[in-house]
Amino acid sequence: MLFKISLSNIRKSLKDYAVYFFTLVVGVAVFYVFNAIETQTAFLNVSEDHREFIKFLVQAISAVSVFVAIVLGLLIVYASRFLMKRRNKEFALYMMLGMSKWKISALLLCETVMIGIGSLFVGLLIGVGLSQVMSAVVANLFEADMTSFKFTISGSAIAKTIIYFGIMYAVVIIRSGIVIGKCRLITLMQSGRRSEKITMKNPWLCVIVFLISAAVLGYAYYMVGWNQMDLGPSKILAAIIMGAVSTFFIFWSVAGMLLRVIMSVKGLYHRGLNSFTFRQISSKINTTVASMTVICLMLFVTICTLSSAFVIRNNMNRQVEENFPVDFYGEMTHYDADDENWDHPYYTNLEKYYEMKGLNIADDFKEYYMFHSYSDPDFTMFDFIGDRMDEFTSENQSIGVMSDYQNEIVKLSDYNELAKYYGRKPMELGEDEYVITATFSGMVSVYDWLLADKPGITVFGNTLKPRYDKSCYEIIRPSMQPLNAGVFIVPDSAVDENGAATAMVIGNYDASDKETMAEAEKTAIKHFEAARDEFYSDGEGGHSQYYTRIEAANDAIDLGALVTFLGLYIGFVFLVSCGAILALKELSESSDSASRYTMLRKLGVEEKEITGSVFTQSGIFFLLPLLLACLHSYFGMRLAKFMLSMLVSGGIFKSMLFTAGVVVLIYGGYFLLTFIGSRAIVREQK
Amino acid sequence: MALLKLQNVEKYYGNKSSLTKAVDDISFTVDKGEFTAIMGASGSGKTTLLNCISTIDRVTAGHIFLEDTDITQLKGKALNRFRREKLGFIFQDFNLMDTLTAYENIALALSIQKRSAKDIDKLVKSVAEQLGITEVLNKYPYQMSGGQKQRVASARAIVTNPKLVLADEPTGALDSKSAKMLLERFGYLNHEHDATIIMVTHDSFTASYASRVLFIKDGKVFNEINRGGDSRKQFFDKIIDVVTLLGGDVSDAL
Repeated sequence: MLFKISLSNIRKSLKDYAVYFFTLVVGVAVFYVFNAIETQTAFLNVSEDHREFIKFLVQAISAVSVFVAIVLGLLIVYASRFLMKRRNKEFALYMMLGMSKWKISALLLCETVMIGIGSLFVGLLIGVGLSQVMSAVVANLFEADMTSFKFTISGSAIAKTIIYFGIMYAVVIIRSGIVIGKCRLITLMQSGRRSEKITMKNPWLCVIVFLISAAVLGYAYYMVGWNQMDLGPSKILAAIIMGAVSTFFIFWSVAGMLLRVIMSVKGLYHRGLNSFTFRQISSKINTTVASMTVICLMLFVTICTLSSAFVIRNNMNRQVEENFPVDFYGEMTHYDADDENWDHPYYTNLEKYYEMKGLNIADDFKEYYMFHSYSDPDFTMFDFIGDRMDEFTSENQSIGVMSDYQNEIVKLSDYNELAKYYGRKPMELGEDEYVITATFSGMVSVYDWLLADKPGITVFGNTLKPRYDKSCYEIIRPSMQPLNAGVFIVPDSAVDENGAATAMVIGNYDASDKETMAEAEKTAIKHFEAARDEFYSDGEGGHSQYYTRIEAANDAIDLGALVTFLGLYIGFVFLVSCGAILALKELSESSDSASRYTMLRKLGVEEKEITGSVFTQSGIFFLLPLLLACLHSYFGMRLAKFMLSMLVSGGIFKSMLFTAGVVVLIYGGYFLLTFIGSRAIVREQK
Repeated sequence: MALLKLQNVEKYYGNKSSLTKAVDDISFTVDKGEFTAIMGASGSGKTTLLNCISTIDRVTAGHIFLEDTDITQLKGKALNRFRREKLGFIFQDFNLMDTLTAYENIALALSIQKRSAKDIDKLVKSVAEQLGITEVLNKYPYQMSGGQKQRVASARAIVTNPKLVLADEPTGALDSKSAKMLLERFGYLNHEHDATIIMVTHDSFTASYASRVLFIKDGKVFNEINRGGDSRKQFFDKIIDVVTLLGGDVSDAL
C-alpha cells in the first residue's frame, strides 16, 4: 500500500520531480565518468611517461570527488527540502486521515529509495556510455592508440558512485524524517496560505545600498584587476569577501529598484503584458536573493576555473614550441655547501665529468653548444636595484625579490651562438652597453620598471649602460614555459673569465624520425646522468639538471590534461547545481502562478504573448546571475592572468569561447528545459 | 435590435454510454442595452451556457451570433481578439491578479489591447470614478474588501467598452450590503452607458436587478419573465413565484 501511494505520488508530481531526477542522473553520470578514468585508460596504449601521470590524475580526481560530492550533496538536500515544502498540504491530509508520522516518514523513504535507485541506474547507464567517449578523449590527449581498446565498465567507479550517492540519499532520508517528526499539523495546513503580501522596499534605501555595494565591488575589482602587485593572500580574501557581500546586496537592491525603474516608464510598463511580467520577475528575485547570490558566485568560480584551465591547456603546446627550440639542455653549477639559496655559484667544468666517464659529449648530438654563464659577487640583484630599493619594495610587495642573489651574466658571443640554435636574430651591443633578457612575466615587469630609470651597472669592474629601456623577450635556458627570470647579456670584453660559473649545454640529436629520436634521447640522458653522478660525487656541493624537448612536450600534455579534467569536473558539477536550483524555483513558481495565466487567457491574451512572458521571466531569472558572474569573471580573470603569467602568454579569448560553449551547453540547457517545462505547465490549464 | 442571438445551442458531455446534456437546444436573443439574468439550480447548465457564450467552452451544436459574427466558428487569434475587444468578464472569485494593484489590474485589460499609456490612464480613472473605487486604485487585492475587489473586477470588465458584459455569480462571494452596492452599479452602467449585461445567478435578489430573467432547468429554457414597468420589489416577487414553480433546488438558495 505504502509502495503504491509513493509510486503514484511520484507519478503525480512528475513535473516537479523531473528536473530533480534529471539533475541526479547528470550528477551520477558525471561522477562515474570522471572516477572511471583509471579503468578506461587501462586498455589504452599510453606511453610509460603518461602512465605515471594518469595515476596522479586519478588521485587528484579522487580528492576533488570528495568536494564534488559535498556540493552535490548540498544540492540534493536543498532540492529535496524544496520539493517537500511543496507537499505540505499533502502531508497535512495524511495526518488528518490518521497516518502516523512514522508512516509518512516511511512513505518518504520509499519515494527517496525509488528515486535514488532509479537515478543511480539511469545515471550509471549514461555514465558507462559517456566514459567510452571519455576514453577516446583521453587517448587523444595522450596521443595513445586505441587499437586494443574495448568496451569497459569500471566496477570500482560504480561502487564508489553508489556509496557516495547512497550517503547523500541517506542524509536526505534522515533530514526529511527529522522535518516530519518536528512538524505540526496546524503549520502544515496553513503553509498553503501563501503570504500574498507584496512588500515594496524603500526605494531610496535600495538606491543607497546599490550605490554602496557598487562602490565596494568596484574597489574589489580594482584590487584584483589593477593593483595586483600589492596583493597578498589576505587582501585576495578580503576582495573575495567584499565581492560576495556586495553581490548579495546588489541583488537585494536591484530586486527593489528594478520594478520602480520600469514602472516609472509608463509607456513601457503598460504595454502588453509587461506590468504582469515584471511584477512576476520582481517578486521572484525578491524571494531568491540568497540563492541568486550563491548561484552567481558559483557561476563566477566556474567561468574562472574553466577559462584558466582552457588557457593553460591551449597555451601548453605552443609554449613548448616557443620555449624549447632545441632537443636537449643540461646544466651543472657548483655552490658552497652552506649556500642554501644558491645565490653564489662558482666554476663548473661540465665536459670534465663526461671525460671522467670516458664519454665524449660530441658523440651524443648532431650539433651542440657548450658555454658558461658568469657571476660577479659585487653585482647582485640588490646592487642592481640600488637606491630605488625603498620604492621597489613598496611597489612590488607581491613579487618580492627574496634574496640578494648574484645576477647571471652571459657573454654576447655565447648569446649570439645560442640565437642561431634558437632561430633568433643575433644581438648587437656597444662596448659599454648591456641588455637584460627575460620571459617570466613577473620579472619582466620588474626589469622594465627598473630599466625605465636607465641604471648603469658595474660588472667585473666595467661600467655599462643599458642599450634599451625595456628587457628583451629572449630565451637562455630552454624550458616548458616562459621561465627566464632575467639574464644579463654583456660584451665579451666586460667579462672576467674567472667569474665563469654555471656550465650549460644545448644540442640537437642526430635523428630524423620518431624512433631514432627516442633512441638518441635515451643515450643523451644516460650519458648526462652518468656525468652528473661524477659531478655529485666529487665532494663539492652543487646542482645539476637536464630537460628535453620530448619531456617538456609530455609534461605540457600532462599539465594540460590535469587542468582540463579538473576544470571540467568542477565546472560541470557547479553548472549543473546552478541550473538545477534555478530550474526548480522557476518551475514551481510557474505551477503556482498557473491560475494567473488562465485568467490572462480569459481576458483574451494571445498565446504568443503568454509564451513571450514566460520566456522573459525565465530568461531574466537565468540571465541576471550570469551577467553579474560574467562581470565578476572579467576582473577575476585579470587576476588569474596575472597569477598564471608564468604559464600563459595569450589565447584568453579562445579559452573564453570554450568556456562560453560549456556554460551555454549546460546552463543554457537548463534554461531551455525550464522554459519548455514552464510553458507546458502554463498551457495545460487550458 | 438583437445583439446576441443563440440558435439551438447544445452542449453535451461524456460519451455514448453516459451522455449529459448540459445545454439542450436553447435559443434566445438579447437586445442591445438589455440586462439579462439567467437563473437556475446547480447543475441546470447555466454556467455551461455562459461559458459557451463567452467562448471559454465550445458548443456541441448550434450557433451563437454576436452582431453578425458566428462566434462558434472563431478560432485562435480571432477568438482571442474577440474576447479581448468584444467581451468583458466578471467572475465569482474576482480573478484579479494578486501581484498587481487595482489600477494595474484594470489597466491590464487595456494594455493587452495595445492602448497608449495616456489613454489607459484616462480610461482607468474615469471607470474607477463611476464604480466608486478611486481611493483603492493603488491597493493590492489582499488589501481590499470583497465588494471592492468585485468592483475592481467589474471595472476591468467594462473599461474596454465591450459589446457584452458577462458576469458569473458576481455576488456569490459578497455580503448582502456589498452585493447590493455592486448590483446598483450594474444598473447604473446598464442605464447610463447602455451596457449589455448577461448575469448568471441562483439568487433571486440578485436577479431582481435585471430587466429580464431567463430560468433554466435541465439544460432547457423553462420560463422567462420581463420586468417591464414593475418596481424591483414587484419583480422580485414574480421571480420568487417562478422559483417556487421550478421547485426544490433553487429555493435552497433563498
